[in-house]
This record gives sequence, structure tokens and C-alpha cells, in this order.
Amino acid sequence: MSGQSSPTFGNLDWEVTPYTDLLEHVNSSTIIGAGAASVLVLGAFAGIALLTYMRWWKPLFRDWLTSADAKKIGIMYIALALVMMARGIIEGLVMRAHQATALGALDKAETGLVAPDHFAQLFSTHGTIMIFFVAMPLLIGLINFVLPQQLGARDMAFPVLNQVSLGLTAAGAGLVMVSLLIGDFGTGGWTMYPPYTGLDYSPGEGVDYWLWAILISGVGSTLTGMNFAVTIFKSRAPGMHLMRMPLFCWTSLCVAIMLIYAMPALTVSSAMLALDRYAGFHFFTNASGGNMMNYANIFWMFGHPEVYILILPAFGVFSEISSTYSGKRLYGYTSLVIASMSIAVVSFMVWLHHFFTMGQSAGVNIAFGIATMIIGIPTGVKIYDWMATMWRGRVRITAPVVYLVGFFLLFVIGGLSGIILANPSIDYQVHNTTFLVAHFHNVIIPGVLYGMLAGVHYWFPKAFGFRLDESWGRRTALLFVGGFIFTFMPLYVLGLMGLPRRSPTFQDPDFLPWMYIASFGAVLMLAALFCLLWTFWKSYRHRMSLSVPGGDPWNGSSLEWSTPAPVPEWTFASIPKVQARGDWGETKRAGDPWRAPDSYADIEMPANTAHGLIIAGMAFALGFAMVWHIWWLAALSFFAITAALIWRGMRVIEPRIIPARQVEEEDRRFREYVAGATPITRADEESERNRGVPDCSEFAG
Amino acid sequence: MFLLAGMTAAIALAMAPASAHGVVEDSFLQPMGPVAAEQSKHLLRVIGITMIVILPVLIGVPLILWRYRYRKPRGAYSPEWEYSEKLEYALWGVPVLIVIVLAGWLWHSTAKLDPYQQLGPDPLQVQAIGLDWKWVFIYPEQGIATVDELAIPVGRPVQLMLTTDTVMQSMLIAPLTGQIYAMPGMSTQLNFSASRAGTAEGENTQFNGSGFGRQKFKVRALDPDEFDRWLDGPDSGLTLDEATYATLRRQSVLADAKSDLGLERSTGPLVMSLGARDVFDRVIGKYHRTGNGENAADAEAWGGIGLPAPAKQESGQ
Amino acid sequence: MSSNNGLYPGLNLGSVHDEAHQQAEATVFGFWVFLMSDLIIFGILFASYASYLNPIGMAGAPGPQALFNLKSVAIQTAFLLFGGVAYAGVSLSMKYDHGAKKLIGWLLICALLGGGFLFFEISDFIDQAAKGGKPQASGWLSSYWLLVGLHGFHVFSGIVWILAMVGQILTRGVDDVVKVRLSMLGVFWHFLDLIWVGIFSFVFLVPLA
Ligand code: HEM
Ligand SMILES: [Cu+2]
Repeated sequence: MSGQSSPTFGNLDWEVTPYTDLLEHVNSSTIIGAGAASVLVLGAFAGIALLTYMRWWKPLFRDWLTSADAKKIGIMYIALALVMMARGIIEGLVMRAHQATALGALDKAETGLVAPDHFAQLFSTHGTIMIFFVAMPLLIGLINFVLPQQLGARDMAFPVLNQVSLGLTAAGAGLVMVSLLIGDFGTGGWTMYPPYTGLDYSPGEGVDYWLWAILISGVGSTLTGMNFAVTIFKSRAPGMHLMRMPLFCWTSLCVAIMLIYAMPALTVSSAMLALDRYAGFHFFTNASGGNMMNYANIFWMFGHPEVYILILPAFGVFSEISSTYSGKRLYGYTSLVIASMSIAVVSFMVWLHHFFTMGQSAGVNIAFGIATMIIGIPTGVKIYDWMATMWRGRVRITAPVVYLVGFFLLFVIGGLSGIILANPSIDYQVHNTTFLVAHFHNVIIPGVLYGMLAGVHYWFPKAFGFRLDESWGRRTALLFVGGFIFTFMPLYVLGLMGLPRRSPTFQDPDFLPWMYIASFGAVLMLAALFCLLWTFWKSYRHRMSLSVPGGDPWNGSSLEWSTPAPVPEWTFASIPKVQARGDWGETKRAGDPWRAPDSYADIEMPANTAHGLIIAGMAFALGFAMVWHIWWLAALSFFAITAALIWRGMRVIEPRIIPARQVEEEDRRFREYVAGATPITRADEESERNRGVPDCSEFAG
Repeated sequence: MFLLAGMTAAIALAMAPASAHGVVEDSFLQPMGPVAAEQSKHLLRVIGITMIVILPVLIGVPLILWRYRYRKPRGAYSPEWEYSEKLEYALWGVPVLIVIVLAGWLWHSTAKLDPYQQLGPDPLQVQAIGLDWKWVFIYPEQGIATVDELAIPVGRPVQLMLTTDTVMQSMLIAPLTGQIYAMPGMSTQLNFSASRAGTAEGENTQFNGSGFGRQKFKVRALDPDEFDRWLDGPDSGLTLDEATYATLRRQSVLADAKSDLGLERSTGPLVMSLGARDVFDRVIGKYHRTGNGENAADAEAWGGIGLPAPAKQESGQ
Repeated sequence: MSSNNGLYPGLNLGSVHDEAHQQAEATVFGFWVFLMSDLIIFGILFASYASYLNPIGMAGAPGPQALFNLKSVAIQTAFLLFGGVAYAGVSLSMKYDHGAKKLIGWLLICALLGGGFLFFEISDFIDQAAKGGKPQASGWLSSYWLLVGLHGFHVFSGIVWILAMVGQILTRGVDDVVKVRLSMLGVFWHFLDLIWVGIFSFVFLVPLA
């Protein structure tokens, strides 16, 4: 970004890539920057080559990118999240490696693996990616995949809107990815507090990358929230009363409501910051009546509900697996519903705890501190409920249960540090230190990450028809647990010793031992990531012996286990009539659960469409053009999006009809398979004999 | 269990007195004054009572897992058990009680440790201006100003007013008191006092650019007569006037700022005499004189309000 | 779900065929949810407008007294409210099957009234900018322009939507999909009135009071 802005290319020129920096100075920082860009470019080429070589372009386009099936959309969300997670974890490791080499002195320029500015970009992209492009897509993906199946619905209420949401999320993720190669990212952290991120102190494209990634994907998430809410209220199978829904549906409902009410705040704060930066407005500038406190206020009106948006689906997963793998009914269903709902509601009343230190009166701090502690009550109740679920059960130590146990033991420590931070008088001390960093990783990793990975493990057979290798699954889980302990426990200590978060350097040699431990932990986390990939790969290779066409590998009780694995596009050959909570379990208990429906009817499914893909492409172009001030492209893509929306609105769109005959044929085949298979008891769950047809007589929960 | 042990060990370690070379203390777990002492006591109290709800999980989960594991279960199997009224009361009741106790303590300690509350009569008045990446301290009554050094007398309350002349910052002097944000055009305050002599590290905890990691300063709690000697001690010969201030305002750490000012490049303290007594107010006022208002020109005084132009020679990147 | 009475009194969906009906219900419900989200956006903007409404937020730039022209605001209010009333015509002719022509007529009247509103609003903006009341002049002006401008943009989108509906009526006739969309458009159109009432009182009247 050297010269004048050009009308065609905006602020883009040949000097924006990290290779220019590398040519100017060769050091570890520029090498890492150029290396990361190269990985991106080579990865993209490798992907293209693979798709071409395997002739996968067509299937990719036809079966995935243009599909409006919530299950496929869910899987694509999760795939996106895993790719982004790889980057996020590697960035975490680089930051840890940097800090382990960053002991410096006040009068010497900073040393260490990367330059301070590069470090700042790392924590900013890492935080942004992990929250918005790992945790969010993981949970949105999982909900997309599971929710309709659990509700007894064929799809989301608005399948094409769903596709658009995915597209917008992917476009945002794409912008963050492109910033590796083209230009810099912002340095204001995932919160991007002005005035530091205003035009005066952060000229250049960095903050804009963040803004457009957030604005675009934020719209996607808002729409997702609406889609979930309408689905839950309007698309449940007959008889699926609210109080019969599995807990995961309840937490999804909480997520939906919170997305609807919380995301607008993020959109507003980001839009205001964008107006400051692009149009010279004065919302958060130092001068002319701007006030950055408003940013903190609005941002955290989104930000705090957001952390519960992240954690609640994980709580839903834990409710499902604690019951299934204990062979027992969920203890305290009503309590859990009440607890989830109260968490969702109270989480809108505590945002101020993110800035106890802004100088407001003690009374205000007291009120918000107490409100924060109140959230601890339902959260604690939930944990006890799951323990009560396992008590007097028959617990199988599968990979999801390892995650669950890791969650129990670690999450309560995160809860403890949360309670500590809720005390304004202590928060004055540990706010903005690595104690806080340890705290939020302590709730996010054991909570969200373990929960989502446990869910992926649990529902994987539904999606692909084969189980994941349990041994490797357990190893992965154990590595994530161990990695977490080594990486983040030291940060509590460092925080208490007074190390600020986001520190590119420090001067106290006493910090070093803890830094080394944390770096070791980060290596373990990377190992866990590889172990996870290895689990996928190994299970894929052994997919025949792991296959579970019977569809009920864990002897579960909610509706999704009544269908074949992989689950057909239309999910249910005929929409079930729900009689009870845990309907599938009750059916099994009554005997002869796999009875064929009396009759089959044609099924309407949403037709494939490239609508989402087009919107995604245009949204990416819009974001990129705005970042680089390529005004013609921005205007063009904006109008293209509007035109695409109006054009689609004008047309009459016919659904795709799946003839009853086809449904019947496939369904018959499934039922014959089940009838012919040997049911297995839970003792054989991990063996090759598990074909997804459980021994119903053992079903007691 | 070992987690808990680890956590306790970690806290114990963090609380151990700073090691031999660490003359500069940087944790509130080795408090140098009543505020930090109360904060660390409160921390332990909170950990203690929260254990009542946490220990059952840390102990119970491994036990349940061992006792009810599928392979070799002991004890009854009651798959359809899903509700117990008594248990519900306990599950909700215990956390509620604990939170009530915690809330009481929270209220008490937050009100008591309100940073805006003076700790006694006649506090020492000090004003702090956060710059990129240093702090200017002004002693209006004593007529001196320092950069990155705050000396205070042991036993006398201190009232520190804060603002910044750049982006938002947050000042933390952990062994003495908690942090508070400093924002341009506004002032916040910290009240604290030292109960023993020593040197504490102060810092900015809110990331504000590449020099952030070096924005540290020394807080010297001195016995009263030593403090008086410090006041009369040698200074750099500089005066904190508009020109000096404008130089300080550039993005630089203390050592570089000193060489910009023509002094020896070192991290040693920079003590100056005070040109105008109302520097602090003027710096705040700059941000209120903008827009099309009458005194718009004043915004340009005292280094202006935007990002300052860098020093002549590009500081090494 | 057998009877459709009470669901949308004004809707009169043709051949009530269950699937389509359910989808319509979901769509309308979804639209309400969308408006709730939109309402949050306006809510936050109202709150921030209030927070900049003080001497520091105005930063010496022209304030409400210098900029607001209540007469024009009253005219805008009238346009918008009559626009809302005119939409009743749309709803009624949909309910009683008065035919596409009448429907289009009413829609165009709504669009015209909306256009009148925008005309006066934009001339106010131009006027204010000329008096130094640009959004770049102060935090308060930034929040004023964003809040009122966003409402104006909504009105503009409403007009575009009306025209798109006219297009749809011309191309596909008054089918169920169009009816559902018209009813959502109605909700949207009235929602804009509601927001305007807030703007009229909190943005314009309160600072002058
Ligand atoms: C997997 C291993 C991970 C490692 C090694 C890691 C490491 C780090 C490090 C070193 C920082 C900077 C700390 C500082 O500011 O001093 C950080 C910040 C952060 N991390 Fe992670 N992290 C990991 C996983 C995650 C996950 C799973 C999430 C969320 C889903 C997450 C969310 C964040 C956020 C939000 C920040 C704050 C960024 C900011 O300062 O604005 N991290 N992490
Ligand atoms: Cu929060």
C-alpha cells in the first residue's frame, strides 16, 4: 500500500503480500508471514488439483454447494470450521512459541519469533477465527445437522436461506483467510476496540478485513438464528410437544433466540466503526464528541450472550451423550430446560462485567457482578444433573464420554475462575491479564470445543454411515485434555503474576518456566489436531468394518436414531407421530420398533440452487472491494446481491418431488437389513459386530 | 484431583515471594498496600467457598465413572430414574446459598474497594497521562513531572487521576491497587496507599500498539523522608512544557523518547519540572475543543489530538 | 392445522393445501422474527442517540435547535402515516379479491406517499448538511444521521419491495405466494410507521423540548 489509490484496483498493488516484507527484511517474523501465505496458496492449488484429478468438481457442485439440505449444509459448516480451526491452533502455537522466546528488556527492541505487529495480527486473527469461524460454524453446523432430525422434520423452515447463511459465513471466513496473502489483518484483538482501531491509529486495511468479515458473517448468523427459531416453532413432527423435545433442541432454541437478539448489537457496533473509518463519522473517535465507551457497551451486549450461544449447544450435546452412554434416562429434564432458558435470559443482563474497570460507580459494578454470579447457579445445576444421569448407570467410556469427563473436571475450574472474575474487586487485578485468557479458554475449550467434538463423534455415523474409530477418538480426546491443561493452567499463574494479555514482550525472567510449559501444551494441542484428522482418515479407510447401516449404533432414544445411516436426504420415510419424550427409546421398549409405515407418499424437497453460492461470491467480492476501496466492484456486487434477491423473489420455485416408490424401495431395503442383522448388546458397541442394530431388550433408558 | 492440586500449587507459587533478582514486585499476591492486600484476601475467600460446589464434581465424577462403568459395574442400575424432588432441592439450593454468600461478599468488597473512594484525608495528588507507550506523572502541588516513575510516600493515601492522550489504556499497579481504564477527554481515578517501602511494577494492560509490551513503569513506595529527598532530588533539567510534551507524545518507549529529548538513551526515570500546573486539564480539554466549536484551535495545542508524526529518523521496526 | 381461521384474518389464501399453508405460516412467523431483530437494531441506535445528546457529544457543532425543521418533520409524518392508511386499501382489496388492478393501484399510492416522505426527508438532510450539520461534524450528528438515515433506507427498501410486488402481480398474478408476501410487506410498512413515531418523539421532539 504505497502509492495513490487507483480507480481500478483501489489500494491494491504488488507490495501488499508478505513476500514484499520478506524481501525487505529476512527474519523469523517475515519468514513465518510468507510461509503462512504460501501454505494458503499451495493449499488452494492442492485443493483445486485434487478436485480436478478426482473429477470431484461436478459432485461437489451438484451434491454439496448447491444443496439446500440442512444436513449437508451442517456438514459443510463443520468442514469449514475444521479448516479454520487448523489455522487457529497453529496460530496459537506460534504465539506460544513467540512468547517463550520473547523475554526482553525495556531499552531494547522486542525480540522473539515474530515482530510485535505480527504478534498482534496473530492474536487478532486467532481470536476472530476461533470465535466466529470455528466455534460458531461448529455449533451452527451441528444444529443444522441434528435439529431437524431430532424434531422429526425433513429440513429447516427456510432451506435456501440456510444456504445463504452458510455462504455468508464462508465469505467472512474467506476474507480472513485472504488477509494472509493480501495485506495485513487488524491488530486490535477480536474485540477491535476503538479508538485504537479508528482511522487515526489503525490506517490501512487491517481493521477493515475484520469489519467486513464480521458484518457479512454476522448477517449470516442472524438469519441462521431466525431459521432455527422458526424451525423449532413450526416444523416439529406431530406430537413433538415442546416438553418432549430432546435437550439439544432446547439449547438450540436458546441459541436461536440469543442469535436473534444479540447479533444485531454486533452488526450495529461494527457498522458504526465502519462509518467512522470510511465516512469520517464520529461515533468512537477521540475527537468531535465520539465516545469509545459506547463501542464497548454495544459490542458486549452482543459479546456476552455470544459466549452462551457458544456454550449452550455443547450443553445440549452433553445432555444427549450423558444419557445415551449411561444407558439411562436424562436426569432432571425439566430442571435442565429451566436452567438453559434462564441462562439464555440472564446472559443478556451481565455484559458490563467485561468492563468493570471503565470507571462507573461501585453500585453498577455490584449489580452486574451479582447478576453474573447468578448465571453460575443454573450452570452448576446442569453439571449436577448430568452427574445424576450417570449415577447408577452403566457408563461406556467411549470417546464422547472422555470429552464429557474432561469437560466436567476442567469446566468447573473455568467456572471457578469465572466466579472470581465476577467480583469487581478482583477483576480490577486480573482483568486484561493472561488470567482472563486462561479463564475464557478454560470455558471455551472444555466446554465448546469438547462438546462439539463429542457431538461430531456421536452423530458422525448418521452423516456418513460409519462410526469413528473409538481408540483414536479417545486418544484425540485425551490429547485435547492434556494439551489444555499444559497450555492454559500456566496462564492463570502468569496472570496472577501480572502479565497483561496480548503482550508481545515481557521483562520478568520468572515468567519463562510457565511460558515453556504453555508452549509444550500448545504442541500437544497441535498433536491432538493431527490425531483428530488421523481418526477421520483411519475410520474412512476402515469404513466397511465400521459401517452401521442399521442407524442406531449407540442404542439411543431420540428420533434421529430411528433412521438408516447414512440418513437419506428426506430423513424420514414418513414423518413420525411422536408419543413420548425419548420417543424412539419408548418405541424400542414397546418392542418391534422397526415397523414399516403403513403407506408412503411423495416427498417434496427443496430443489438444488446456486443461489447461496452466488450470494456468497458476491458478498466476498463486496467485502474484498470495501477493504481495498475498489468502489466500482463494491457497488457492482452490492447491486448484484440485491438483483439476485429480487430475481429469486420473482420466480416461482418448484420443489423437487421424490416419488413415493423410490422412498418405499429404499425404506424397505433398510428394514430388511435391520430384520436380517444380528442385534448387539452394548458390550459389543465398539466391535465390528456393531451394525447399528442394537438389542432392544437391553434398552432400558 | 491432580488438577486441583496443580491449581493450588500454581497459586502458591505465584504467591511465593518474588525471587532474589526480582526486586520489582508485580503481583497483588505480594501486596504492598491495603487495597491489594484486601483483594488477594478476597480472592482466597472466593476460591474457598466456591470449592463447596466444585469439589463434589472433581471427586464425584471419577467415582461415578469407576463405580458405574459398563465393563465392571458395582451398585444398582436404575435406568428409568429421572427425578427426585429432594435431590432437586439440593441441586438448586446449594448453589443458590453459595451465590447468596458470594453476592454478599462481592457487595461488601466492591463497595469497600471502590477505586474512587479516598483512603484518608489529604491524599497526595498525582495525575497520570497515558501516552504511546509511556506514562507521564504530574505532581501539581510539588511542581514536578516524571515519565514512567511514580514515587509515593509510605502511609499517605494517594489519589491518582488518569487520562490518556492517545487510545484507551488501562493502568495496573498490581501490588498496590487494581486497574482502571484511562480514556481521552475523560478522567478516571485510583485511590490507594502503600503500607511498606518497596518497588512495584506498573503497566498498561490494554493493547495499544507495538510498544505495548514495554509500557511499564516503576512505582517506588518510599519512607516519607526519603520521599521528600526524592522530591528535591536531581532532575533532567527539562521542563514539561508544550514542546517537551509534544515530543513525548510521539509513539515511542521511554528510552527512545529520552534520546528524542536529547538525553542519554536509558530506561532510568525522567524527572522534569512542571511548566504549567494545568497540563492535565489542558490535555483533557483538547478533546472538547474540536469540531466547529469556538476554541477549535486549542485542539492543536499540546501536541494536537491525532496520531503524532513520528520522529525524524524512523525508529527501528 | 385444519382450519385457517384466525391465522391471518386478512389473507384469504386460495386452495388451502396443507403444505403450502404451513410454509406460509412459517414464512410469516419468520418475518416477524426478522422484524424483532431489526427492532433491536433501532433500539440500540435510539439508545446511542440519547447518549450523544449532550454538549460533549455535540462537540460545538450545530445542534437540534439550529438544524431541526419541525414543519418538514410534521409533513414527513403525515406522508408516512397516510402511507400506512393507504396500505389498508391493499389489505382490503386482497381480502375481498378486488382484482389485480385495484391492488396495484393501492400499492402505487403507498409507494408515492413513501416517496413523498423521502423527498422531504432528503431535502431536510441536504439543508442540514448545508448548515454544517454533516454527520462528520459531531458524534451526535453521526448518530442522528445513522438512525434517521437507516429508517429512510428502510422506507426506500419498502418502496423497492412495493414495486417488486407490483412486478410479481403483473407476472404471476395474485397467487398464494404473492398474498403472503403482500401481508408481510404490510407488516413491514406499518413497522416503519412505528419506528417513525419513536424517531419523531425521541429524535426530534425531546431535544427541542
Ligand atoms: C487450541 C489451542 C489454542 C491455543 C494454543 C491458543 C492460544 C492462544 C493465545 C496464545 C492467545 C493470546 C493470549 C494473549 O493475548 O496473551 C489466545 C487468545 C485467544 N484465543 Fe486462543 N488458543 C487456543 C484455542 C482457542 C479456542 C478453541 C478458542 C475459541 C473457540 C480461542 C479463542 C481465543 C480468543 C477469543 C483469544 C483472544 C484474542 C484477543 O486477545 O483478542 N482459542 N489464544
Ligand atoms: Cu461475559
